[in-house]
Amino acid sequence: MRKTRHGEAREPLVHLSKRASIPPLKAWGIRLLAIALGLIVCGLVAFVLIEKLGQHPERIGDFYNAFIKGSFSTSRKFWKFLKNIAILLCISLALTPAFRMRFWNIGGEGQTLIGVLGAIAVDFYLGGQVPEWLLLILMFVAALAAGTLWAVIPAIFKAKWGTNETLFTLMMNYVATFLVGYFLVIWVPSGSSSLGKLKYGKLPSFGNDYLLIILIVLALTIGLYIYVNYTKQGYEINVVGESVRTARYIGINVNKVIIRTMVISGALCGLAGYLIGAGLDQTVTADSVGGQGFTGIMVAWLGKFNPLAMILTAGLIQVLNQGASQISQDFDVSGAFPDVIVGIILFFVIGSEFFINYKIHFRGHHDHATGKEAVK
Amino acid sequence: MEKELAIQLRGITKRFGTVLANDHVNLDVYRGEILAVLGENGSGKTTLMNMIAGIYYPDEGQILIDGKEVVIRSPKDAFEHKIGMVHQHFKLVDLFTAAENIVLGMEKEGRYNIREVNAEVAKITEHYGFHLDPTKKIYDLSVSEKQTVEIIKVLYRGADILILDEPTAVLTPQEITRLFSVLHRMKDDGKSIIIITHKLNEVLEVSDRVAILRRGQHIATVETKDTSEAELTEMMVGKKIDLNIERSEPVNPVPRLTVEGLNLYNSEGFHVLKDISFTANSGEILGVAGIAGSGQRQLLETIAGLYDPASGNIIFHNPQDGKEIDLKDKTPLEIRQLGVRLGFVPEDRLGMGLVGNMDITDNVMLRSYRNGIFGFLDRKRPRKQAEEIVRKLEVSTPGLSTPVRRLSGGNVQKVLVGREISSSPEVLMTAYPVRGLDINSSYTIYNLMNSQKQDGAAVIFVGEDLDVLLALCDRILVINGGAVTGIVDARNVTKEEVGLLMTKTDTERKEEVK
Repeated sequence: MRKTRHGEAREPLVHLSKRASIPPLKAWGIRLLAIALGLIVCGLVAFVLIEKLGQHPERIGDFYNAFIKGSFSTSRKFWKFLKNIAILLCISLALTPAFRMRFWNIGGEGQTLIGVLGAIAVDFYLGGQVPEWLLLILMFVAALAAGTLWAVIPAIFKAKWGTNETLFTLMMNYVATFLVGYFLVIWVPSGSSSLGKLKYGKLPSFGNDYLLIILIVLALTIGLYIYVNYTKQGYEINVVGESVRTARYIGINVNKVIIRTMVISGALCGLAGYLIGAGLDQTVTADSVGGQGFTGIMVAWLGKFNPLAMILTAGLIQVLNQGASQISQDFDVSGAFPDVIVGIILFFVIGSEFFINYKIHFRGHHDHATGKEAVK
Repeated sequence: MEKELAIQLRGITKRFGTVLANDHVNLDVYRGEILAVLGENGSGKTTLMNMIAGIYYPDEGQILIDGKEVVIRSPKDAFEHKIGMVHQHFKLVDLFTAAENIVLGMEKEGRYNIREVNAEVAKITEHYGFHLDPTKKIYDLSVSEKQTVEIIKVLYRGADILILDEPTAVLTPQEITRLFSVLHRMKDDGKSIIIITHKLNEVLEVSDRVAILRRGQHIATVETKDTSEAELTEMMVGKKIDLNIERSEPVNPVPRLTVEGLNLYNSEGFHVLKDISFTANSGEILGVAGIAGSGQRQLLETIAGLYDPASGNIIFHNPQDGKEIDLKDKTPLEIRQLGVRLGFVPEDRLGMGLVGNMDITDNVMLRSYRNGIFGFLDRKRPRKQAEEIVRKLEVSTPGLSTPVRRLSGGNVQKVLVGREISSSPEVLMTAYPVRGLDINSSYTIYNLMNSQKQDGAAVIFVGEDLDVLLALCDRILVINGGAVTGIVDARNVTKEEVGLLMTKTDTERKEEVK
């Protein structure tokens, strides 16, 4: 097509079409390419933002090396890396059943934090007065109950009155944060807002401080994988998530499934809170979860709600996090810099999903049979 | 007969992923003619027209208007070339009046004056013999009036090439006749009209020429007066098929499902089903006819246990022990647990009957997933069942693990119907089971319903094609506005009689049993 009454008129420069499917290898190729591009852009940004690098461009090798150094250079760092993955993964796993049901639980942060608070409250009041094993069990029960409560309230409102779960769960985060602040004021009358590390209520460590936590989360990952794929309840979650009308048509009690699933989701967030409270910190602050309730959402999405794939995505995010902090240490830059780096790379990773779902045709190219890739 | 060319399509090709929707299509449209574009569903009719209307952009080929090559990138471009399309699904703002919808989105010099618009619309209406009050709100209009608004919208923008996508699908026989007379007047005015359809009788009735598409390819364009239904069918489906649907006499029919005085209100308090009573017999197909949206869907869904009726009874006569079971106020699960084998093929296949993102096995399992041991799923039996459905109903699929949304419409429906009949239902309800299906798949479905009937099931079939209802069913229940306007013997009734019942209002309602 060349001429019209407007003179020169041509077909559009680019147009998009949705792919029917894409071979998995190609999809992974696109993702890896996206990460590579993200890293290159990070390097360019670093030249501008990091003074030391600007003056010594030859240190760019160190810059990229930091991503490996951050997680793998010492065995302490490596264990910390695994522990961080475990906690993040635990929260992501907790969110997974809800997300598979298309129940947008943005409240993982609050549900986990309230779990920490529950465990620490038991620890604070009963620590030293009951045997340690009983204390740990009571803390466990309290953490799970608190997490469940935080998740099930929005679920009941959603099931009974159709309220928006996204807003509701989000708001519950703030309630949890301020509740923690409230209890800290009661527990620490001196006015310093820090509770300090409690003496009792610490999960036993064998071999390594983190090993037990890692094993618990590993078992949970496998268990949840089986739950969502091979059980009747997992199947019901999928059906409700895909189509509420289909669920009604075959006689699934949709409200029951919503509430039951959120009980599971909240209890698992409570478990993550327990691992943080009893397994690591023996204390609680408003920042105990540190935003992992939100990062967990991303881990779950990127892993397509598949618990096994989420091990990889949680790992990716941890490598980035620890690498970025390593960079700020090595190059002496402010604490905000790691967030910039992680943000840039995640932008590329998430953006690559677009190229996995859509094909781009440029003007003049009509080789549809092969569908040439347009990744940029 | 020397006529002026309006549009020429040259080698138009469009692909969606690996699907070749249009394969080098050449087509000519003249001024002052009605051209029917005929083809089965999925043959590429709508795609082709969408490229003329600027919805899609062709991958290859040229579009010529008045002999000059043009590029149509958007509906706005299309309007500049005086091309307008009336889509199958109306795109109207409910809260606006007809006239407001007609001018919506137009950029015009001067002040916006709704009175002028009303007058202009009235002029167009009068000229072509439409029936429409331009000041009425869309939500007050009937389906046929909404269609009128869409057509006037296009005319108001000065289109002299009109494309109508399946315009008769939502109309009663009487309304169709009226639409056709309007189309003839437009044609006399020198306009080109392209009508997309898969109904042969309408093609023969209204068009001057017929272009036949099959699997994205242009098979032929013929003069309507020189062709026949049989010839068109052959070109459309590629091989000769028997248009007759078999109908056996019901064997030993006994009441299987009795509905008495059923009333249903929807969540807005609207009276959707009004005092509906009928009996479905075993070994018989009971057709349900009515204009789209007359309560057919709600009727079936109420029987299936998805709605709680305000009053009335739904009595199932159990053939095993002769006992009567009231299904009213029972959930779908409770109905199953009572041992009632009720098959239901809903209208919305992927939104209700199946889960689009799940594979065939998991979809077959929807009815039986509770059978696994403990909390775990048993996929072995459903997989065998799925294999059987694929084999028996000739579902074309790459494999059992393909998500059903990737299958074509006919194959999706085969999976759904296959699942519903695999439990050998005592009552089988189907809502528009052949909508969107090609002729071969449609006949597969008709045959399946027939074999269920011969096996003694009470089949309830909600259909839209009256020819099919008359040929397939034993009795036909006609409803309008949620009320029964007649129950007729399908062997001794004409299409016109059923059409009249479909539009009969409550006040003239009377029962005509058997």
